[in-house]
Amino acid sequence: MTRFGVYFRSTVGRKAVAAVTGVVMVLFIIQHALGNLLIYQSAANLNRYAAFLKDKPGIVWPVRIILLAAVGLHVWAVLSLAAQNRAARPVGYAKRTPQASTLASRNILVTGLLLLAFIVFHVLHFTTGTILPSTHMPMDVYGNVVRGFRIWWVSLFYFVAMVGLGMHLYHGLWGSPRTLGVENPYAPAHKPIPQIIAIVVWALFTSIPVAVVIGYLHL
Amino acid sequence: MNLTLYVWRQPAGSPSGQLVKYDAPDISPDMSFLEMLDVTNERLIARGEQPIAFDHDCREGICGSCGMMINGVAHGPMKGTATCQLHMRSFKDGDTIYIEPWRARAFPVIKDLVVDRGALDRIVAAGGYISVSTGSAPDGNAIPVPKTDADAAMDAAACIGCGACVAACPNASAMLFTSAKVGHLKMLPQGQPERGRRVLAMEAQMEAEGFGGCTWHGECEEACPKEISIDWIVELYRDYIWATVVRREERAAEAAI
Repeated sequence: MTRFGVYFRSTVGRKAVAAVTGVVMVLFIIQHALGNLLIYQSAANLNRYAAFLKDKPGIVWPVRIILLAAVGLHVWAVLSLAAQNRAARPVGYAKRTPQASTLASRNILVTGLLLLAFIVFHVLHFTTGTILPSTHMPMDVYGNVVRGFRIWWVSLFYFVAMVGLGMHLYHGLWGSPRTLGVENPYAPAHKPIPQIIAIVVWALFTSIPVAVVIGYLHL
Repeated sequence: MNLTLYVWRQPAGSPSGQLVKYDAPDISPDMSFLEMLDVTNERLIARGEQPIAFDHDCREGICGSCGMMINGVAHGPMKGTATCQLHMRSFKDGDTIYIEPWRARAFPVIKDLVVDRGALDRIVAAGGYISVSTGSAPDGNAIPVPKTDADAAMDAAACIGCGACVAACPNASAMLFTSAKVGHLKMLPQGQPERGRRVLAMEAQMEAEGFGGCTWHGECEEACPKEISIDWIVELYRDYIWATVVRREERAAEAAI
């Protein structure tokens, strides 16, 4: 077996791939959530931030390529693992009572597929403006956000997808350091960190459509 | 106590079976779960029916032979015990109890509640040993082992190989079993020379047997009659990654050539 071939074959190896790519995406998500906070400062600041990013193709494009590769590897790894896990129990139980697993852990594949659909929608909606539920102005991020979230089904979809994101991060961040063998079980102080990250990220992202719907953010 | 049982009946050699309803009247709360099945079997035999086949041996919770899904929980509702140490006082009069075999592709049903757990033996055979020249027993203190390491190794070595972790895992993964068998050797000096090769070989055998992979549900740890911690899986992953990067034994073998 070649040195790193196991990372594409064994469950442990593919899980390590899923964990590393997951952490890459979480780092981006945290940055994204913090960048979004500019919307509460002013429309001008958010739009200036967007223009600033647009002005740096040397940074934006490598980041986009890394993220795209991370999404691709993550999806490949987890789907192949899920198929293998499903095949491991061809005959199920007539009665099964879960003892320790959580709603987040049992539904991580469902929330993952929801997020994949959401990411495609989100990029087509705000980044490229291909999907046009509302008028899309290329350099007016603030206006696009407010106009977009005034449509009830757009807000609802974002709201549901962010619940999925919170659940996905809740279990994914709990598992990733364990999968990579860097978790120290004898240091319980950092145990709530994945939960805190999941809740904070969920709250930051969810606040924006909610703020638009209740009229706090307006044109 | 009067109970209603739904027991998985599958004739030997048959690829399928079904749940069959049995009444179990006059059960003493002091009986163990296996004694309750014994009584039920006596009645079945008296009626000229086939008794329910189930695995058991020591009946004192240390051999790992017994094990069944009881109301959807591996080894039943009592935490940290095997089925034989579960007593009927854990149930109420009038309860309905579902009894099913361990379910996993790697654990084919032999008959009724008896499954073939040979896959676990083959995982151990793939690397769960140390290669030493045998002879007379060495002096107990010839190799000093820190107390904390010895205790940790003992915790992992408590695994009795019953297969409850596989049965409870939503992915039918044998990762807790494998990590315990890898773990108790890696904690000790005697386990070091083959440490990298062992973890790769045992994990590969686990997959070859058709078990799933871990997704950190934590069901295995809850089901384990020996309460082996899921942290052993973290230890396995750490060693696995270390083994692919460092390749200590492979490089030593190459250097020797």
